[in-house]
Amino acid sequence: MKKRLAVLLAGAMVMATLAGCGNGGTAETSAPATTDAPAAEPEAPAAEPEAEAEAPAEPEAEAEAPAAGGDLIKVGIINNDPSESGYRTANDADLKATFTEANGYSAQFAYGNPAVGNANEDQVKAAQQFIQDEVDYLLLSAADTAGWDTVLQDAQDAGVQVILFDRTIDADEGLYAASIVSDMDKEGQTAVDWLATQGLETYNIIHLQGQMGSAAQQGRTKALDEKVAAEANWNMVEQQTASWNAENAQQIVQSVISSGKEFNVIYAENDDMAKGAVAALDAANISHGVGKDVIVMGFDCNKWALEELLAGNWNYDGQCNPFQSSYISDVIKTLESGGTPAEKVIIMEEKGFDASTITAEDVEKYGI
Amino acid sequence: MANSENVKTSSAGSWKNLLRNQCFIPIAALLLLAVFNLIVDPTFFRITFGYNSAGNPVLSGAIIDIINNGSELAILAIGMTLVTAASGGQDISVGAAIAIAGSVILRVLCGGNARPETLEAPIIVAFLVACVVAMLFGAFNGVLVAYFKIQPMIATLILYTAGRSIAAWINNNELPVISDPKFAYFGGFIPGIPIPTPFFIAVACMIVVGLALKFTNLRLYTQSVGINQSSARLNGLNPELIKVMTFVILGLCVAVAGLIKVSRVSSINYSVIAKDIEMDAILAVALGGNALSGGKFSMAASIIGAFVIQCLTTTLYKYGVPATALPAYKAVVVILLVIVSAPTVREYFSTLVKKMKLKGEVA
Amino acid sequence: MEDNIVLKMRNIHKIFPGVRALQGVDFTLRKGEIHALMGENGAGKSTLIKVLTGVYGKEEGDIFLDGTEGPVAIHSPQDAQNMGISTVYQEITLCPNLTVAENMFIGRTKGTVQNWKKMNADTDRILQSLEVPARAAQQLGTCSLAVQQMIAIARAVDMECKVLILDEPTSSLDEQEVEKLFKLMRDLRAKGVGIIFVTHFLEQVYEVCDRITVMRDGKLVGEYEIENLPRVQLVSKMLGKEVDDLSDIKGEVKTFDAGKDAVPVLEAEGLVSNAGIKPFDFHINKGEVNGFTGLLGSGRSECVRAIFGADRVTGGKVKMKGKDVKIAKPLDAMKNGIAYLPEDRKVDGIVGDLSVRDNIILAQQVLKGFFKPFSKAEANKVADEYIKLLNIKTASKDTPIKSLSGGNQQKVIVARWLFTHPEYLILDEPTRGIDVGTKVDIQKLVLKLASEGMSVTFISSELDEMIRTCSRLIVMRDRKAVGELTGDELNQSTIMNTIAGGDK
Repeated sequence: MKKRLAVLLAGAMVMATLAGCGNGGTAETSAPATTDAPAAEPEAPAAEPEAEAEAPAEPEAEAEAPAAGGDLIKVGIINNDPSESGYRTANDADLKATFTEANGYSAQFAYGNPAVGNANEDQVKAAQQFIQDEVDYLLLSAADTAGWDTVLQDAQDAGVQVILFDRTIDADEGLYAASIVSDMDKEGQTAVDWLATQGLETYNIIHLQGQMGSAAQQGRTKALDEKVAAEANWNMVEQQTASWNAENAQQIVQSVISSGKEFNVIYAENDDMAKGAVAALDAANISHGVGKDVIVMGFDCNKWALEELLAGNWNYDGQCNPFQSSYISDVIKTLESGGTPAEKVIIMEEKGFDASTITAEDVEKYGI
Repeated sequence: MANSENVKTSSAGSWKNLLRNQCFIPIAALLLLAVFNLIVDPTFFRITFGYNSAGNPVLSGAIIDIINNGSELAILAIGMTLVTAASGGQDISVGAAIAIAGSVILRVLCGGNARPETLEAPIIVAFLVACVVAMLFGAFNGVLVAYFKIQPMIATLILYTAGRSIAAWINNNELPVISDPKFAYFGGFIPGIPIPTPFFIAVACMIVVGLALKFTNLRLYTQSVGINQSSARLNGLNPELIKVMTFVILGLCVAVAGLIKVSRVSSINYSVIAKDIEMDAILAVALGGNALSGGKFSMAASIIGAFVIQCLTTTLYKYGVPATALPAYKAVVVILLVIVSAPTVREYFSTLVKKMKLKGEVA
Repeated sequence: MEDNIVLKMRNIHKIFPGVRALQGVDFTLRKGEIHALMGENGAGKSTLIKVLTGVYGKEEGDIFLDGTEGPVAIHSPQDAQNMGISTVYQEITLCPNLTVAENMFIGRTKGTVQNWKKMNADTDRILQSLEVPARAAQQLGTCSLAVQQMIAIARAVDMECKVLILDEPTSSLDEQEVEKLFKLMRDLRAKGVGIIFVTHFLEQVYEVCDRITVMRDGKLVGEYEIENLPRVQLVSKMLGKEVDDLSDIKGEVKTFDAGKDAVPVLEAEGLVSNAGIKPFDFHINKGEVNGFTGLLGSGRSECVRAIFGADRVTGGKVKMKGKDVKIAKPLDAMKNGIAYLPEDRKVDGIVGDLSVRDNIILAQQVLKGFFKPFSKAEANKVADEYIKLLNIKTASKDTPIKSLSGGNQQKVIVARWLFTHPEYLILDEPTRGIDVGTKVDIQKLVLKLASEGMSVTFISSELDEMIRTCSRLIVMRDRKAVGELTGDELNQSTIMNTIAGGDK
């Protein structure tokens, strides 16, 4: 009797564990509802493409009735939170402006937001949801490079073409049709090459890194690290992550100034951090910009940052091109017409702007 | 502030009082950090006078950095202390709420245009609007806690999650930049005054709360509600209202901190502004030896606690500790401090001291 | 060690900072006896118990246990338990959200595997043998307080204790429950368990105990056979006075003459709250002392809570001095000159961490308003005044109230309400769980206040206290007012009969 009870109990426990897993599973499948919410939410961000003027009449309608557009190309776009940075805002707006009903698309959007939850997990769930919704193309800017094999395999099995944009991932090349990326290494290299042309006697650099581990941080750090290691007159005064954050950057530069270390270059991996650094320089009356004591370098080409360049307060800004939608729609057109893209990995053209040569037109054209 | 009244004349008595005083631990921690810096690198204490790029006189140095950058935290610690005292829980949404308050300020100043040439509204108006908005969000949290009896951490989790998106939405996801140099005064320097403005703002907040504690029953009411809600009610208090009030006060603190934060860079980044500041604010309260379960509190100890945290951060930055490793260092120091300030440990030490004294008397 | 002795404590000394809590106390417990440990609060009873159970260490002295050679060392409650010394405290220290069986066995099982079935069966067997009305699988929280107390005792018994300490077990029980508990105690006595019974109720001591040890001011007064120590003498030994305060107080009783000077202070009609009482009518005159009586749970506390607005009032009319008033919350009542000392001092009365001073000024401060705090000097003056007036024993007025003894805590709460200068004072069980001296003080105070024109409603579980102080009693049964007694009717038997009901 006792034994039977024990067996029953054990059975019940196994069931409970299974149920536990089951619960986890349902929690996971129900969670996409939350990522869905931003996906179904284009109403709020939708207000914004309108502000962009070129936006089409009713992006809401598309998102709400994707089934209605039978002859439209269905795309599911998975991006990162638009409020993450100006770069991302521009990127999202660019996509929203291109993938419109007027252009023959029915688009759904989903975002991974690290401030809210596990961005990558949420993105994977959103991808699963899009595959279920039978989209024609899955456009993906992944939060993390890992963890995508399974879901991309699912996409392939379901006949969904995957196009990566902005960020690459660790997965077999066969799993996606094309990848449209910025070459972060190249961005870093361009910037470091530019810096080398400045012909300083010694380079004493404060290096403000982005969120550690991100592709942009790794690419932009790599070139500089190599150069500092190679050249005797290139010194790293301070290398710290400010996590893309202006305030952290300000604090770091403040503490370098307080400790009395000499430096003549600020290499900030994005514009926000460069701005924070400049605030610290201003407070200490350290001159910066064209022909001044400290060279200020930033990335991303925010419009306001380019304006700083134009005014000669900063020296250099490296572009990280957010306008990928035209590349993507080219790829889709090729695929629709039965062809294959000439290259699997399409690297976008990216510039570096020098304060001494930048023009007002550049600011308008490339500023984000 | 709390226990300073009963200072005894005998030296032994004052020793005991000092040990018992809630401010003892955070002050000791501050001194410890100071001594460490003094030994390792005395330039830590060097304050230099100079002029900034706008030609205004400014002081600089690590100490100035600490009082400058610790200001927001000190202001938040004030509100957090009250919320903790009355509700026995903490508000984890202050970082997100700062994003909202900052966004509101910029929205009012810019009037929807991301890069305005001139300010669309006076700064004081923008600030007051942000105060109202932040206090409303505070009231929202407070109502969830007081009337719906939701655990404060859970209740504020809502705003914690949604706050930064709301902040981005307020400005249509754009990143406004204010070019008017006056706006930078609040997070920087006022021309002619070499001490950073945030410190003055923090001091002003401390004075206001000090006066409030002296000339109102804020302390008695919040403590009574925090210690024994049922008894407080039977003494004619309205515990729910008092809890909401503390959250509203925290909302006000958030608005002030938000002003400083956006003023520092004349712009905003919704996803990283004031990130994780809620944890530091809670830590400040804990470092001050205040029970996180509510009840009696020492405002002074919390504020000192805030500066201890900033001092630690600045010290670690100074010695080039990789910023990614910073939280770990902080955690170690915090664990030590919290253990030392735990009532049981303090009791143990005070009995130890007593025993030693007894022995001394026998000998 | 003599054969029939289970526990011997000799020359126990315990020093707290500044206080010699125990000074050479002896205590002897025999097999199969119920031994009352008596003394006013602060006499050292609790300290002695805590030394015995290993909660405190001792500075000097020895403890001998039956079956062990030489003195034993008890370093922790766990040690004490292992040696067969079990304690059941006034406040239930079990876990209300676990089942009865889990509570019985919590912390006693060895290893990690638990045979739930056997545990439940064992529990049921023990409970049955002790006639405790509870089931093993029941959640402890669903049992009445008395049953929880018995379960705590059953737990102790099951651990094969030789010495069972009952610390104020009856203070939250009604009479029937006390009877059940006594039966259990007598059963255990018959089985040879030595029981130390700590209580404030004199009647109960004389009902079940065999011997009494009296302590005062940390010293042993003496050990007595129960039949050799009449009550009056016991009280005088506890108080250390030859004067019989209890008989003293009887002389002061004045019957309130309702006919001559009846000025109604508060009149309530059909008052009802959400706490489950039936609508009741009530009035009290100026200078009158009346009371609600009835068994525990009969609704006497709920009635006064409704008057004060402590529970949500759902119906009825209230007049203060002839004028209609609306009392929806405590503050309304306070503004109308009503003060209420709640039944549960710990939960509803004290604000534990606050100082004695803050506890005294709290209610008046709330009346005064948020923006008008008392200055430190004013507050100190008031605190000093009331500490002196009510003879509150506290190290200083800055001492947190929670570190005071129960009786002194109660006095602080009384002070709090007196400071609001109420016209009508409600005292719900002000004498529960406090020492005899304070009880007498409070009764005297009630009569004094009434003679000065204050109206007082006094509630107590002890009938003789009510009879001594009240001139009119409202009797409650099953959450309903069933009778009102005055004058000659105020005697034990009439009251008991009214409480019990006519059909008995």
